[in-house]
Amino acid sequence: MVTSTGTEVADATKEAVCVEVHDLTVAYHRKPVLWDVDVSLPERRLIAIVGPNGAGKSTLIKAVLGLVPLASGEISIFGKPLKAARPLIGYVPQRETVDWDFPVDALDVVLMGRYGRLGWIRRPGKADRAIAMESLEKVGMADFAARQISQLSGGQQQRVFLARALAQDAQLYFMDEPFAGVDASTEKAIVEVLRGLRSAGRTVVAVHHDLQTVPEYFDHVVLLNMRLVAAGPIESTFTTKNLQQTYGGRLTLLEEAAEAVRRGEPARR
Amino acid sequence: MVDQLVRLLTLQDANTRIVLVGTTLLGVAAGVIGCFAVLRRRSLVGDAVAHAALPGVCLSFLIVGDRHFAAFMLGALVTGMVAAAFISFVKTATRIKEDAAIALAIGGFFGLGIVLSRVIQNQASGNRAGLDSFIFGKAATMVAGDAGLIAAVAAAVLVAIAVFYKEFKILCFDKDFAASQGWPALTLDLGLMALVCICTVVGLPAVGVVLMVSLLVIPPAAARFWTERLGTMVLLAGVFGGLAGLLGTALSATIPAPSSGLSRGWPTGPLITLVAAATFAVSMIAAPRRGIVSDVVRRATLRSRISGQNFLRRLYELLEPGGDLSVTWTAAEIQRRDGAGTSHLNGQIRSATRAGLVAPRAEGFALTARGQAAAASVVRTHRLWEIFLITQADIAADHVDRDADQIEHVLSPEILASLEAKLTESGRIPLGVPVSPHETGGGRKG
Repeated sequence: MVTSTGTEVADATKEAVCVEVHDLTVAYHRKPVLWDVDVSLPERRLIAIVGPNGAGKSTLIKAVLGLVPLASGEISIFGKPLKAARPLIGYVPQRETVDWDFPVDALDVVLMGRYGRLGWIRRPGKADRAIAMESLEKVGMADFAARQISQLSGGQQQRVFLARALAQDAQLYFMDEPFAGVDASTEKAIVEVLRGLRSAGRTVVAVHHDLQTVPEYFDHVVLLNMRLVAAGPIESTFTTKNLQQTYGGRLTLLEEAAEAVRRGEPARR
Repeated sequence: MVDQLVRLLTLQDANTRIVLVGTTLLGVAAGVIGCFAVLRRRSLVGDAVAHAALPGVCLSFLIVGDRHFAAFMLGALVTGMVAAAFISFVKTATRIKEDAAIALAIGGFFGLGIVLSRVIQNQASGNRAGLDSFIFGKAATMVAGDAGLIAAVAAAVLVAIAVFYKEFKILCFDKDFAASQGWPALTLDLGLMALVCICTVVGLPAVGVVLMVSLLVIPPAAARFWTERLGTMVLLAGVFGGLAGLLGTALSATIPAPSSGLSRGWPTGPLITLVAAATFAVSMIAAPRRGIVSDVVRRATLRSRISGQNFLRRLYELLEPGGDLSVTWTAAEIQRRDGAGTSHLNGQIRSATRAGLVAPRAEGFALTARGQAAAASVVRTHRLWEIFLITQADIAADHVDRDADQIEHVLSPEILASLEAKLTESGRIPLGVPVSPHETGGGRKG
């Protein structure tokens, strides 16, 4: 539980922290979607962000990545500000956010994972191509490297996105619903990749929808519903009581207040 | 007229040389930058920028007091950018959606431009402004300096795209991912819009406010039909755009005016647009894979494959169970046996003969060895899919025949293999051709 992190810090078995979020509030069109989130995420773990629709799961990831403006709060990654930590971060956005009829093939997409390291103007070279092919191989998509991306199935597209993140060779990965709408064999392949990353000492933070598989796939969980409900290891945190609080006990007052902030008028009942 | 066209295209006349070089370079630059505008879904912002340029041109005439190309361009650039900023402001600060914001900008700025142009034309010096040419384009008024400016802008656009190709590519495909890597997405977006603006504005005297957007959109749209690669698409769009500029201008200078009333000649803009539209039409119809003709051919091929496979299955099922596959058939006999129609039957026999699946006999025809193997394999695929539908998808046995009929012809070998593995594993199928899970033509009559 987040309230117990204070005591855990004092603990001898304290874990290295890779993401530290302090007092984070995010608003869209002035309407807050995340309130005062305090959370720290441990290194070398597979971490699930879980919560109902509209709970602000994607928003939390986007806020940490600097993709949405913060109303308030501070974020540090490996103890550094975001700007300095960028080369250590990989990202898998939601699949529907891009146009899959874009005129590129699978290898082109994966090569984009190398752009961050290349910097301005320099084009990807042989070494980058080799890394991109290797990444495609890791997700079982090497045979599809030259395929135009609209010719791929949904699961294959998701794997290409994952391969692109692998090509980033990051320490910390943020994945927005990597399991959404994929076939069973892709799900298996993705889980394999995630475990491989963990054994290589990397951290993965993923928005996840399927509550049943949370304990099987992940070590650590962040329960979110517009505010932080709980965060911690699966065994102690993924409890019925916490889940009920996340999904059942809706804080309608919080939503009404958010609506009032958006309108710029006092809340009404 | 042909002589004149040849004379034009071989650049024998100094004045037309200037104009042709100008419009061709403009077409190339607009086609290239247009690719990114279209892929970033900003092409209509380009339209708004073009329309918003008119009040800028008018204002700069009112300030400078004379027709001055560079001043016009500067004024157009300023109001064009203001329009782009206005759209982005309305979109983010209010609940108005982008399409409505664009319509707002087009109407508001263009209306202002028309009003200002009347004000100018009512002045004594008004005719010198030549504002009409900005609305539909009139390349003939271009002088060496104008073409020089277009050349400089085109060169700048091409260099910018060549240098920042990778950056614009990732911006257009996945802006959030680009931003997560630390690329300044907003700056790149603004840079792209600025390039679109500059390109649009220098093109106005030749193509006109109303039609400039077509030069940004049509060449990329046409190029997309021919390729699945961004680099090739950009090159092709440049070529198509350049061609439209070249031929459109040449036509406008060559076609004789229909009456003396049009003594000022044809406006260039519409002709350039029409040439571009023609390249689009050809691409849409004739391009391999993505074009309409190739799509029709693909469908026809599939239809004839389905028809051929259905024919083989019909013969096979008539002989079940365990009939001799090499017997001699006639069309009449087939029809007598299963009672189904003879439609297509003669055509099916002819094409199966051509494919070497059946061979003619003294009376009628018979399956060749290859035809027998093909028939068995078609029936097997059909039955496997039916059994899969019944056992795994819980579909009623009397429904599966039609479902299988639509799917069996398009199953890839990989899917078929995994289907076989799945069914064999569960002990559902014997080796070879399984027995039909429902009545067949042969079963009913034989």
